[in-house]
Amino acid sequence: MDWVPFWVSLQLGLWVTVILVVVAFPLAWLFAFSRRGWVLWLESVFSLPLVLAPTVMGFYLLLFLSPNGPVGKFFLDTFGLRLAFSFPGIVLAGCVSSVPFMLSGLKTGLAGVPASLLEASATLGKGRAETFWRVVLPNMKGGLLSGVILTFAHTLGEFGVVLMIGGSLPGVTKVVSIAIYERVEALDFGAAHLYALVLILVAYPGVLLLNHLQRRGARRSR
Amino acid sequence: MIHFCLDKTIRAGGKAFRLDLEYALTAGTFLGIAGPSGSGKTTLLRCLAGLERPEAGFINSGGEFWFDGLRKVFVPARRRNVGLVFQDYALFPHLTVLGNLLYARNDRRRALEWLDLFQMADHAHHFPRELSGGQKQRTALARALVREPALLLLDEPLSALDENLRDALGEEVRRVQRQTGVTTVVVSHSRREIDLLATEVMELREGHLDPSRHQLE
Repeated sequence: MDWVPFWVSLQLGLWVTVILVVVAFPLAWLFAFSRRGWVLWLESVFSLPLVLAPTVMGFYLLLFLSPNGPVGKFFLDTFGLRLAFSFPGIVLAGCVSSVPFMLSGLKTGLAGVPASLLEASATLGKGRAETFWRVVLPNMKGGLLSGVILTFAHTLGEFGVVLMIGGSLPGVTKVVSIAIYERVEALDFGAAHLYALVLILVAYPGVLLLNHLQRRGARRSR
Repeated sequence: MIHFCLDKTIRAGGKAFRLDLEYALTAGTFLGIAGPSGSGKTTLLRCLAGLERPEAGFINSGGEFWFDGLRKVFVPARRRNVGLVFQDYALFPHLTVLGNLLYARNDRRRALEWLDLFQMADHAHHFPRELSGGQKQRTALARALVREPALLLLDEPLSALDENLRDALGEEVRRVQRQTGVTTVVVSHSRREIDLLATEVMELREGHLDPSRHQLE
């Protein structure tokens, strides 16, 4: 069995998860605490990947990321980086496709931190940064972990968007889900089974942990 | 002395009114403000703590302006030396009782002294979820006092406790306040709670302090 697609998927999952943890935090904070009307519109835009067909996202991302598209041209001219049919391109596409999963976990986690804890920290002489690290983060561990697990698992299983942006370049953009698709097309069901089984074995503990955390959280809040 | 004159619009229950009051707290005073729900009690405490900004007026603590509407001065909560005990205690659930005090002031010896004063030393390594309502309240008080604040603010501190515990803890709070001499403001909808704690009592109705204040002691 060719293990390279797993390596590509793993790298993709890690890059997307790490980037989204950093990028999605300020957005999740805004969505959790702001009551401004335009925030609802913005939040809905970031939720679109949940309901859009991956091909719709893939199509528009391809237009944006291609060497003639606005984003693709900028990256090519500025950094000499070609996004379409490259690993950085599928990382960017994976971020767009998985952002609602990270946002959902972070937002739930942040909303679960009572405002009085932040205010108590302020009256105890602590600034925003210290309050964030010592009060907010420890009290939203469940939400953060849920965002990380869902984002990583969703990215591992990403197919449509990655195929449209990255194609199937072995060792570069060919991820496990694409490898399964190609094995099925070649009627090599044995290899497809093996690939799928490994994916299930990786995904199941993550989902199990997620459900365990949610059950524990529900028990504590009762 | 803490002298404040506050002006702020309060919107509650579909109506709006002005919090418009002035008071001079002499050092060591235990002022109690009683008033019905929605009369502006909590807003008053939040303005004094620096969690809300009044529209006009001033707050002067020993010559230092924490707020001055004319000169656009607003010292945020973290830079005011104020201890606030929240109605829901607001203890950090991921920290032990001792951890909550050390968060406020990283001085283990002082933290243990305060826990001892509130008879909480045996529970130093317990988490808030393992404590009773009275123990949580004692921890919240110790945490607010460990920084030795210039002003202690108590928001309905006894209302969540049963009657026996309320009397016992009320007595304890008075003892500690007398012992430390910290200037204290307590607000509550319960006149009984205010009478139990404070040495000087005012009524707050729709944002105005009743001028007919009287001394209990």
